Parts: sequence; structure tokens; C-alpha cells
Amino acid sequence: MRKAITGHKAVAEAMRQIEPDVVAVYPITPQSEIAEYYADYVHNGLVRTELIPVESEHSALSACIGAAAAGGRVMTATSSQGLALLVEVLYIAAGLRLPIVMALANRALSAPINIHCDHSDAYLARDSGAVQIFAESAQEAYDYTLMAQRIAEDMRVRLPVIVNLDGFTLTHTVQPVDLLEDEVAKKFVGEFKPFAPLLDVEHPVTWGAFAMSDYYFELKRAQEAGMEAVPAVFLEVQRAFAEVSGRRYEGFFEAYKLADAEYALVVLGSTAGTAKVAVDELRARGMKVGLLKPWLWRPFPGPAVAEALAHLKAVAVLDRAFSFGTMGALYEDVASALYPLEKRPILVNYIYGLGGRDITVPQLVQALEELPKIRRTEWALRYIGLRE
Amino acid sequence: MAGLKGWRELPLGGVVAGGTARDLNKTGSWRAERPIWHEEKCIQCLQCWLHCPDDSVLIRGGKVTGFDYEHCKGCGVCAAICPKDAIEMVPERGGECARP
Amino acid sequence: MKEIRWHGRGGQGAKTVSQILAQINLREGKFVQAFPEFGPERSGAPVRAYNRISDEEILVHSGVYEPDIVVVIDETLLDSERPTEGLKPEGVLLVNTPCSAEEIRARTKFPGKIVTVDADRIAKETGTGFPNIPMLGAVVALLGTDYNLAEAELREALGGRLSRDMLEKNLQAFRAGYEAAKEVAVGRA
Repeated sequence: MRKAITGHKAVAEAMRQIEPDVVAVYPITPQSEIAEYYADYVHNGLVRTELIPVESEHSALSACIGAAAAGGRVMTATSSQGLALLVEVLYIAAGLRLPIVMALANRALSAPINIHCDHSDAYLARDSGAVQIFAESAQEAYDYTLMAQRIAEDMRVRLPVIVNLDGFTLTHTVQPVDLLEDEVAKKFVGEFKPFAPLLDVEHPVTWGAFAMSDYYFELKRAQEAGMEAVPAVFLEVQRAFAEVSGRRYEGFFEAYKLADAEYALVVLGSTAGTAKVAVDELRARGMKVGLLKPWLWRPFPGPAVAEALAHLKAVAVLDRAFSFGTMGALYEDVASALYPLEKRPILVNYIYGLGGRDITVPQLVQALEELPKIRRTEWALRYIGLRE
Repeated sequence: MAGLKGWRELPLGGVVAGGTARDLNKTGSWRAERPIWHEEKCIQCLQCWLHCPDDSVLIRGGKVTGFDYEHCKGCGVCAAICPKDAIEMVPERGGECARP
Repeated sequence: MKEIRWHGRGGQGAKTVSQILAQINLREGKFVQAFPEFGPERSGAPVRAYNRISDEEILVHSGVYEPDIVVVIDETLLDSERPTEGLKPEGVLLVNTPCSAEEIRARTKFPGKIVTVDADRIAKETGTGFPNIPMLGAVVALLGTDYNLAEAELREALGGRLSRDMLEKNLQAFRAGYEAAKEVAVGRA
């Protein structure tokens, strides 16, 4: 059923269909409406979820961790400073291999205080051990929230999954979203199978045991195995989703007009949509350009990205956050993916769109048009839409 | 680190079966003072059992029968709480040897 | 693709009608976007909302800079908000005002089509109190959207939040706005 709804509503609807046992959430702009819609569902009796209105995001994820270890299916959502506050326990959720799905309404981190979109919050959680997926549209946010549940709960993975959607640009914009029928969505997500639940008092277990230098390293290596399992599971879940929805997501990223391109952009989130318009505009003028939009950012699908970009002359990687003191995080991912190749494209890094600074079609057209003039890869940041 | 498991053998998320730590961690070796139970003074109020942080006061049939010296860390809480001075803390070294 | 920019004040319902318009356009098979100006919302402060309407999937996620239609829900914003900025010369300026189009032209210097609707009077006469719904009716007329389809969607959108009596008053206000603009709208805006 197609509805004109906001990104918030799309995520909340996916959560309603998943109907987790526990949702512990603390409101923060621009995530608040997800929590508000879900509270409505709970109090109107549409779901049987235990909603825990906690006093902070740290408590929200802590409650989720407890509930997940107890044997429940749990979800939460946050943004910006809220993500920053809960990152401490996000590492614990990942280390304990708890399949918690979290929507992240991407918003800039303070200071200065700001409520608008950039990816500094997602980048903060980059090394936390959570799987991270980026959505271009409300439709993708809805679809990937459903898929995230299966990816997180797969016994080969068992990790928290963050579904990123650009704050305001996606969360607050009404867009057409095709929703699955409740029964179809529920069947796709499937029954939750708890692992070693604390509430199973017949089989007592210890969660969160101590591990010193004798075992910590091995346990972390085992955690990385969960990450290593993600790509295969991701593709399986995409295929299963295509069967029930008819919407085909094929691969770790969308390669838009990339196969015969000479120049390309790599960009996360809603800007990829705007970039497609820029690509179309230049294609109409005869320039062979394309776009690579990662859906899966952590784990980073390096070899597949390298293969998709290898034939290009030059690539601009766009980061919507600083990684202060070095190149952008996405750029570094792409650069290290390309490094093993004998022949690789020239690479440049643009920082753009911080704190909700708009990014337009003409700006992206210009970035693509400049690529043929760049002679070699340089270790230097460039900027789009920044006043000197 | 001979005898330790490789990463592939470890349980998901480091979750371990309940009670397994007890056999691996003999915390009794940490003890500097050892509690001695004087049965003749004991009124079986079970205050020592209630307060022991290591669950090391042994109970059989609802009555104190002694200590689990494999795990008792010798903190002395039992001796301090005992209303009848029925528990005596004795140095592990320099006295008669009663090491388990 | 058509782009619309709404100017109102916080609490006048600009965001609400932009979202209802998106639902109406979706119902007629269009691709849509509706988004408010992203910022802290304060009652009485000037606010903007935007719509995109297209026969093809809308991929662009940037702001709207050169709208085809500008809707001014609060006439006092004509001076402070420069609502004609970026408005395409062949576009339409739709204003809630008792003034005539020529009087508004003299004030705004906008060379293109100007449509005026006295939405405050409609709101008063129908008893709804809000000018946003008559202005939505006027936009629907300018876009050439089927009236019955639009009314059905509006009924659905408002049905859950208004009493039956207030819903009927709003539908009257919607029709009055639609009729007022239809007379000047020639074909699709």
C-alpha cells in the first residue's frame, strides 16, 4: 500500500510491524517522532511492546541490552548527542552480540549546537562494532529497518544494526512509501529466537563475564567473525526481501550508471538521490558519469567497491562529517579498498553539508565536472558549499 | 597460554553456562586470614551465611556446617557479624597450617 | 516537476496543508515530497513549507529555490519574507488577502500571475478560524487537481482529528477557496 508519509512514520510503521518485545527510547530532535508514533501504537493497543520511557539514551540502550540478554526482541532510535551518550554501551551491545536494531536520525554533533543533518553521529559509532546501513529515502529506511532485523538476528551475525536516515531531509519529509501488508512484513521478519536468555531460569548463564589478556583478544576476534558474516547475510536478506516486496536491492551499494562511466561520485544517504539528478544532467550533455551509493557502510564492502570503481578515471568521495585531522572516513574506506589494485582511479575527498547545509544539483554537477581536470590523488580535503 | 581455547571455540558474545566460573576461579587462594567456626558457640542464626559475599558459608539441612575454603576470600564479614563470637579469623601464615 | 513554497506563521497550519497536498497528489498518482523549513518551531514566527509534485520519481533532496507556485497564508509576510524571491516569472503568486491581484502586484512587483483569495473571510464565515484550508483549496484549483479526489483525501486526512461538525466546516472552507481560485486559474498552473 502506497502512502505519503514522513521518514519517521515509515520507520515507526516498520517497528509496529516488527512489534519488538521491548522498545526503550529517549526523545531527541530529529528522532522524537519515531518515539512518539511508537508510544501512540503502544497506548492505542496496536502493539504489545513494553515501552520503557527512560531518562537518557545511555539508559535507553542499557535497558535494550538487558532486555535483549533476557531474551527479548528489542529496538530503539536516537540521534546526534543521544548517540554520543549511548556509544559507551553500544560497544557492549556489540561485544555481547545482541541483535538490537536502532534507527539513527542523522544529525550534527555539538558544538556549536545544531539540529540539522550531517553524519558525524554515524561516524562516531563507526568502530563500535554495530552494523551500519544508510538509506537514501523514506522507502529505503522502511525496507532496511525490516531487513536489519533479520540481519541482526541471524546466528552468523548477532550484532546491533544501525539504520541511518538523514535528519529532517528524510525524517521530516513526506514522501511516497510502499508499505508491506502487516502479515507479509511479520512473516518476513519471522519469529524471534532468543539465544541463552537470562529469563530461562532452567538454564542459568552468565552474560558479560570478565575476560583478561588471556581471552579478550580471542573474544574480539570472534566478534569480528560476526562482522565478516554480514555481507553474505546481507545479500541473502535482500533476496528474501525482493521475494516478498518486489523491491530489488542487489548488492552492498547501488551502482547508478556506473558500468560505462569514466567519473563518479561516492556518497551516503539522501544526497545520493540529488547526485542521481546531477548524473542524469551530465549524461544528457554527453559526460560519462555515475554514482556509487553504499547501503552497507559497516562492514565496509571493500573488494566489491574496488571492483565497481576500478575502471574509472577519477572518483570524488563525499563525506558529510569531518574526521578531524585526517581525510574523511568514507574516503579512507574507498582509498584503502582501491589501494591493492595495480591500476586505480584518481581519488579526491570533499567534505559537504555539515550542520544541514544544503547540497544542490548544480554543486554536485560542478564536483563531477572538475574531476577530469584533477591530475593526481592528493592528501588534501576539498569542500562543497563552504564560504572561504 | 597453552591449553586456552582459540577464538573459534568461544561461545557467542562470551556467554558462559551458569556456575562455570566457580570451578575455574578458586578465590580461596587470595585469602590472608581464614575463618574458624566454633560450633559450640554457634546459635545457628545464619547471619554469617546471609552476609557472606562469596556464598562460602556451607549449609546442610538449614544449619551451618563450616566454610568453603576453595572460595572464601577471608574478608571477615562473617566474624564481624556473628553475635556470639563463634567465628575466629586466623592468619593463614605464621600459625598452624590449615590451608585447604 | 512542480515546486511549491508556502509562507505562513507558526501555528497557521502551513506544514499541515503541505502534507495534505502531498497526500492528495499521491492519490492522483503523482510522486510527491512535502517538507517544512527545518528549524525550531515557534508560534507566530515566519515559517516555510515546500511541495514537489512530479510524474516521475523524485530523487532530489535539496531545498526548493525556484518555485512554480508561492502561497502566502499570512499577508503580513509579503513585506518581511520577500515571498516572490526565486518565484519563476511564469509561476503563480497566491495570496490570502482582501486586496485585488493588481494591488498585490503593486506591492510585490511580481510580473507573473497573481491570484488572491480572502481566506481569512472564508475562515470566519465558515467558522473554521484557520486560513490554511481555503488556501489548500485554492492550490488544488491552480494545479487543476480533480476536486472530488482532493475532497475525499482531505476528508480522510482531517476525519481523525476533527469533530464531524468541524470537519464539514473545513470542507466548506476548502470548497470556497477552490472556487475563488478556479475562476482565475486557466488550465493547470
